[in-house]
Amino acid sequence: MSDVKLWDFHGGIHPPERKALSNRTPIQPAPLPARLILPLGQHIGTPAEPIVAVGERVLKGQPIAAASGRVSAPLHAPTSGTVGFIGLQPYPHVSGMLAPAIVIDSDGLDEWTTLEPCADYRSLEPALLLERIRLAGISGLGGAGFPTAMKLTARPQEKIHTLIINGAECEPYITADDRLMRERAAELVVGIEILAWLIQPEQVLIGIEDNKPEAIAAMRTAIGERPFSLRVLPTKYPSGGEKQLVEILTGQQVPSGGLPADIGILCQNVGTCVAIHDAVLLGRPLISRIVTLTGEALARPMNVEALLGTPVSELLAFAGLDETRMDRLIMGGPMMGLTLPSLDAPLIKTSNCLLAPTRSELPPPPAALPCIRCGACADVCPASLLPQQLHFFTLGQGHEQLKTHNLFDCIECGACAYVCPSNLPLVQYYRAAKAEIRELEQKQHKAEHSRRRFELRQERLRKAEEQKEAERQARAEKAARAKAVEAESASVPHQEVLPANPAAGFSDLQKRLKIEASMAQVALKKAEKQLAAHVTAELEAQVAELRAAAEAAQKALAAATAAAPAGADAALKKAKIELAMKRAELKKAEKADADETELTRLREALAGAERNLHAAEEASDKPAPQLVRTNKRPLDEKLRALKTELAFARADLRKLERDEAADPPALESARTRLAEAERRLAEHQSE
Amino acid sequence: MALPRITSPHATGSNRTRQIMQLVLLATLPGVLALTWLYGFGTLINLLWASAAALAFEAAVLHLRQRPVGFFLNDCSALLTAVLLALALPPYSPWWLTLTACGFAILFGKHVYGGLGQNPFNPAMVGYVVALISFPVEMTAWPASHAVGSLEGLQQILGIAALPDGWSQATALDVLKTNRSLTMEELWAQNPAFGYLGGRGAEWVNLAFLAGGLFLLRRRLFGWHAPVGMLGALFVMSLLFWNGSGSDSNGSPLFHLLSGATMLGAFFIITDPVSGATSNQGRLIFGIGVGILVYVIRAWGGYPDAVAFAVLLMNLAAPTIDYFSRPRTYGHRKAERGFKVGD
Repeated sequence: MSDVKLWDFHGGIHPPERKALSNRTPIQPAPLPARLILPLGQHIGTPAEPIVAVGERVLKGQPIAAASGRVSAPLHAPTSGTVGFIGLQPYPHVSGMLAPAIVIDSDGLDEWTTLEPCADYRSLEPALLLERIRLAGISGLGGAGFPTAMKLTARPQEKIHTLIINGAECEPYITADDRLMRERAAELVVGIEILAWLIQPEQVLIGIEDNKPEAIAAMRTAIGERPFSLRVLPTKYPSGGEKQLVEILTGQQVPSGGLPADIGILCQNVGTCVAIHDAVLLGRPLISRIVTLTGEALARPMNVEALLGTPVSELLAFAGLDETRMDRLIMGGPMMGLTLPSLDAPLIKTSNCLLAPTRSELPPPPAALPCIRCGACADVCPASLLPQQLHFFTLGQGHEQLKTHNLFDCIECGACAYVCPSNLPLVQYYRAAKAEIRELEQKQHKAEHSRRRFELRQERLRKAEEQKEAERQARAEKAARAKAVEAESASVPHQEVLPANPAAGFSDLQKRLKIEASMAQVALKKAEKQLAAHVTAELEAQVAELRAAAEAAQKALAAATAAAPAGADAALKKAKIELAMKRAELKKAEKADADETELTRLREALAGAERNLHAAEEASDKPAPQLVRTNKRPLDEKLRALKTELAFARADLRKLERDEAADPPALESARTRLAEAERRLAEHQSE
Repeated sequence: MALPRITSPHATGSNRTRQIMQLVLLATLPGVLALTWLYGFGTLINLLWASAAALAFEAAVLHLRQRPVGFFLNDCSALLTAVLLALALPPYSPWWLTLTACGFAILFGKHVYGGLGQNPFNPAMVGYVVALISFPVEMTAWPASHAVGSLEGLQQILGIAALPDGWSQATALDVLKTNRSLTMEELWAQNPAFGYLGGRGAEWVNLAFLAGGLFLLRRRLFGWHAPVGMLGALFVMSLLFWNGSGSDSNGSPLFHLLSGATMLGAFFIITDPVSGATSNQGRLIFGIGVGILVYVIRAWGGYPDAVAFAVLLMNLAAPTIDYFSRPRTYGHRKAERGFKVGD
């Protein structure tokens, strides 16, 4: 093993390790808490969705929330009990924010649900094996918490040639992986075998820092003759960073913005491997994890195996926390951990350490001085960045420069801030700048999106308008054409039917008579007025004379009119008007929801009017109706009747359907009527 | 209960700006001793007076700028500027000369740009160049070694009386520059004070500063890049343009390495991180630039020594060097170089 080539990564630091504080005692089971808080988002990606209801009893290991989407992981009840609450609860975040969670009130029985162990994972299809890992809710236990099943299939087109098992645990204080490797090496190796079986890599490399000799020995024994290569790395922070470990073990660098899978490498944390073992062989979902409880404010620093959801306060109390000595509470290590604002937050899948230091142990950094560009930060940066330049650009909000100086390749390991002689909180600057840039980009993206949507809408509206305009023009042209055709065709036949026009039908005699009659009438009226003013015999005689003359004129006019053929026309016109009136009346009645008898009466009246009209049409010898209907397809009388019946039936049914209070039998009869009408129409049409 | 919220990292190393400055001050000790041994207490007076003046200026400006005076005086940066300046000035410099140089160094070299960490030019060199241009006579009046008595020295410092003739002496670089008639052998034979290589005084002083510089290098206070770049370039230049030992000689490579302010510049001036280039590659380029310029000015320029001018010129170039000497970031196939649109 010693002749195996190792590479080095740029920079790195050697902070005091302080691991002896917690790695001397075996892993203890943490006490069962009375109440467990299970945040739905314990991994990177979309939070899980609850599948239990408040008040429901759940068994240990029973799924309580399902994965939502591809980058997500389900959640299981860590112990038996009842679901006490689903909603916002404390979450281990530096802001102290609340997050959606399921709260389980433990019943103290710790009763398992039925598990499905699988002794021979090799008999499982790879897809099934992957599904088992997915359903067990396993996400990376090293720190980032990427859903493991997702990570295994992140780059399906890329063949994984190297499987790297990360046991470096480079962060000071933390010994969870150290103890895990010492005590659970056998399970760990089986977990690695399952992974190797699943992805069939050409080589499996296990990286452990040389400050863990016991873990290395235990792993070496457990590996035995298996073709896994154990590589002992020189202790240097941050060798356990995924990218750094890849470089140390393979000499290759993960492309910026990419995943190790892009170069055919997959990294898994040792804890994750044990979880895979438990899930596949024992059928146990991920409901607990090993967590280091350390720091000088604890009386008994140690590693515990604790149920997910256990409140931090209970774990620390178990380790003998002296709150008066604790300066702050850190979840994670001293280099990358986050401070918790209170002890209420629960343990989640990514919590590998709870560090309760005293003030003298991890003193707050002294006041910051201006950067003197000494370059110590650049010397230790594992990403080969220029932190001092980034620092100046963050101060000036030079977002473009920050991007060209590769701010987003910063892994926030904290090495630069650790060595900074001016005590600048460099990582904080970078985090803030990253957030600022991301937010700005999101805003820009959104604005761009809105702009494009607006433009598309404008384009759509413009097109619709154009189309409408085109249609309008087409219609106008068509109408103009039709008019021209009509005018042409009508110019000849209309002359023939003109006599049908009553105004044009008066003969000269009639006109003259009419004028005379009206003149006589006017003279009579005038004389009558004069008579009313002064009653004289002379006037009376005059009025009588005029009256007689007017009556004579009227008579002459009436005689002339009656003699004209316009008499038949008048009858026809009258019949038409009557028909229209009847139709309007019927429509009005229908609209007003008149009762059936009234409607029947009106319909009969309408039919009578139609008959009258037909008679009038026959009586007058003009062919006008034919002219009106020349454009229409000659309608079969029966078809028309049937269609009318169908339309009525349909309208009735619609009306009834709209009416919520309609009684079912009426509705039913309306339906049958409609069906009958349709059937008859179809029959008639098929004839 | 609300616990304090601090972002990571929570552990901090033991590096402190103050300690860095103090270490550099400590490393000047061999040079100070050599100067004192050669020229008497004049250097010590320079040091004391320059330190007092610089600290007074620093305090006054900090007060005017409404900055915490004690906090910033504590970082020892002004003291370091004063010490480097005092070592560069001729021993027994008149009090007003030192005062002027310190004033310019602190006020115009440092605080007009925003104080510590913001200055584009090396403050000590700014002070030195201002004094050199303004008072060339006093600035080139280096005493002959072991020649100045206490009383005369004090009189010179206080400006009561100038040093008597023969007490001050042209440096080897001066002589070489003005020499048009003698070969090197003749020059050295004529002038025993030239010592073996770089001038009797200068070579020991340079060796002493070299020792201090190596100490700092060993303590990893700075990388090898800038000093090696400068000394290497100076060596290569003087080798390339070494035209023998005739009367028009430019001087041998060893002469250039061990005369004037070469070693002080290489280990104490161009290693100033604030005004230099920032990446290791940039620092190498920066050092090479200084080395070339030092030789160019010494051989063909108007001033006998050139470290101050060369450093200031390269200070100007440092930001540009930074843009072209960025290291390749992890996971990138090649380094980002040069200016980008929008920069």
